[in-house]
Amino acid sequence: MSKYTEDDLKVELENKEYEYGFYTDIESETFPVGLNEDIVRAISKKKEEPEWMTEWRLEAFRAWSEMTEPTWANVHYTKPDFQAISYYSAPKKKDKYASLDEVDPELLETFKKLGISIDEQKKLAGVAMDIVVDSVSVATTFKKTLAEKGIIFCSISEAIKEHPELVQKYLGTVVPQKDNFYAALNSAVFSDGSFCYIPKGVRCPMELSTYFRINQAGTGQFERTLVIADEESYVSYLEGCTAPSRDENQLHAAVVELIALDGAEIKYSTVQNWFPGNKDGQGGVFNFVTKRGLCEKNAKISWTQVETGSAVTWKYPSCVLKGDNSVGEFYSIAVTNNFQQADTGTKMIHLGKNTKSTIISKGISAGKSQNSYRGLVQISSRAENARNFSQCDSLLMGNNCGAHTFPYIESKNPSAKIEHEATTSKIGEDQVFYCNQRGIPTEKAIALIVNGFSKEVLNKLPMEFAVEAQKLLEISLEGSVG
Amino acid sequence: MLEVKNLHAKVEDKDILKGINLSVKAGEVHAIMGPNGSGKSTLSAVIAGNEHYEMTEGEIILDGEDITELAPEERAHKGVFLSFQYPVEIPGVSVTNFMKTAINESRKAQGLEEMPANEMLKSIREKSELLEIDRKFLSRSLNEGFSGGEKKRNEIFQMAMLEPKLAILDETDSGLDIDALRIVANGVNKLKSENNAIIVITHYQRLLDYIVPDFVHVLYKGKIVKSGGKELAYELEEKGYDWIKSEN
Repeated sequence: MSKYTEDDLKVELENKEYEYGFYTDIESETFPVGLNEDIVRAISKKKEEPEWMTEWRLEAFRAWSEMTEPTWANVHYTKPDFQAISYYSAPKKKDKYASLDEVDPELLETFKKLGISIDEQKKLAGVAMDIVVDSVSVATTFKKTLAEKGIIFCSISEAIKEHPELVQKYLGTVVPQKDNFYAALNSAVFSDGSFCYIPKGVRCPMELSTYFRINQAGTGQFERTLVIADEESYVSYLEGCTAPSRDENQLHAAVVELIALDGAEIKYSTVQNWFPGNKDGQGGVFNFVTKRGLCEKNAKISWTQVETGSAVTWKYPSCVLKGDNSVGEFYSIAVTNNFQQADTGTKMIHLGKNTKSTIISKGISAGKSQNSYRGLVQISSRAENARNFSQCDSLLMGNNCGAHTFPYIESKNPSAKIEHEATTSKIGEDQVFYCNQRGIPTEKAIALIVNGFSKEVLNKLPMEFAVEAQKLLEISLEGSVG
Repeated sequence: MLEVKNLHAKVEDKDILKGINLSVKAGEVHAIMGPNGSGKSTLSAVIAGNEHYEMTEGEIILDGEDITELAPEERAHKGVFLSFQYPVEIPGVSVTNFMKTAINESRKAQGLEEMPANEMLKSIREKSELLEIDRKFLSRSLNEGFSGGEKKRNEIFQMAMLEPKLAILDETDSGLDIDALRIVANGVNKLKSENNAIIVITHYQRLLDYIVPDFVHVLYKGKIVKSGGKELAYELEEKGYDWIKSEN
């Protein structure tokens, strides 16, 4: 009856270019492709690292050389050629900038396109930015305010030089070098990333955020993040990602380690919006990430993630609930459209007594995408009175996508209480018509329905992130009802 | 206000409406009655623009404008409202948020600014009082876990908020107990004016005791087979639909 059909809408939106698909032409210093011990040494040298760090990297490289890529995830892709990647790329200007005037104007332009000009961010009270562009931190703000509280927030390279005792004590303690193929690779070649230390009893007065960007054609990005919350401290950390579009696949293998000492709390929120590939499934970022947190006694770690980007996602932010009474939480929205594939979830490892974990996962699949939740709840024999609640909901759009759930439960303690709930639903034509009848166009109706579906997780995000996340959901799913 | 001319419609190759003619003027209340399967709900869905039904012939004219080719949301923007027989659930979207979105989308289509928050709140307060709705209800997810009566009351609340020109109430009385029926009917009567029109689709006479129609039409096998004043509804109640069936 109406002239503008859903099919028209679909076509229009499939042709919509990736919003952040632009490429900044900054002079970069790039290593020759390939990976061997010399390259690992060269990276370490380039970064003026101490001997122990070089050795640590080499150890990881040797372990990696013996490992093979995991194949158990429910994703299918052409394996990257690890010898065809350049493992180091940094903007040529070596020194840190004292003021914005010194920053490469093209880089500033990039930030502008992203809507996150540093200038603006500086004024945005409460948000300190440590922006990682192509692996090297180029701007750090609010450092002074943080320093007054004894909080250290800097690039990991800087931390290796300035705070070696902390880095040496904690790096690799939650995600060991040999943990898995991608973690080993990251440990050998990580270029940069963020470091954060909150001293005993300190509540970090602002949300800490880092924007990561992949910027150089053909360079993989290997960030390393280490967050240490000392006893009775609190920090909320935000990580947001966008990347320019590329024809060839880009590899991203990050490692994030969180350490929450006795009574500490870490809230780690991510919005991931890397290039998902075009509508034919070409290009897009391979996102193979290892994120894990360790909770000591009475500590709490919350992971919140909104995953809308990447061609292939392999990511399981996990909590090791080592200390008694510790709490782990995982709130996730994973959206896949077109040919995207996501295999994501969490692991809650209950070691201490009275440990509690909550998992809320919302998977939204559209187009020809595949969206899998994979989770493990493990209760060890000495974890008396451990409790877990898991809820996995899937929302499907159209008839060509898939939603899968792989929940694993291993309980070795009879006092454990574990609950698992799961639902699968489809956006119905009747729901869309109901909205239409009230004057809400289809595109907006879908955004409304999806936001409603994801509400429990969106509510967990810090305010400024929640708004951005809602917009991302709309952009990612427009025109996908069928 | 509304002119339906020779309307034919089918769903999945089954002809449902076979030439409906209906003329509704501003300020009028029309009742459409008929046995199950006569096409009552199809008629309301087709007027609202539900694409599940294929309109094969005829015209729908609203205020002199042919709206046959318009999308459902465009018809809504022009003042067509349908109170659903079975309102759908939208989990996680509150009644308030839904209404705010609906009102602002309509305003946007008319080139107006978004409704200011205080105005919206005032309107919500007034309209919820009109329908004796507890405001806590408005922060609940749309229709999720609502009782039959709550769903229908919520439909009329939305009608009150959107202030349509033409409201079609599809079996609004089904699932209502007598108290809820009275509240809903009172609400509708208060919303009635010289500038709008109401089409009440119902199976029973009961609702028409409260919302008194100017005209009653009997729909049978996709056609209007009888039209008359409100007394026709009583006659139907008395004689039953078999009377219509035997005559056709």
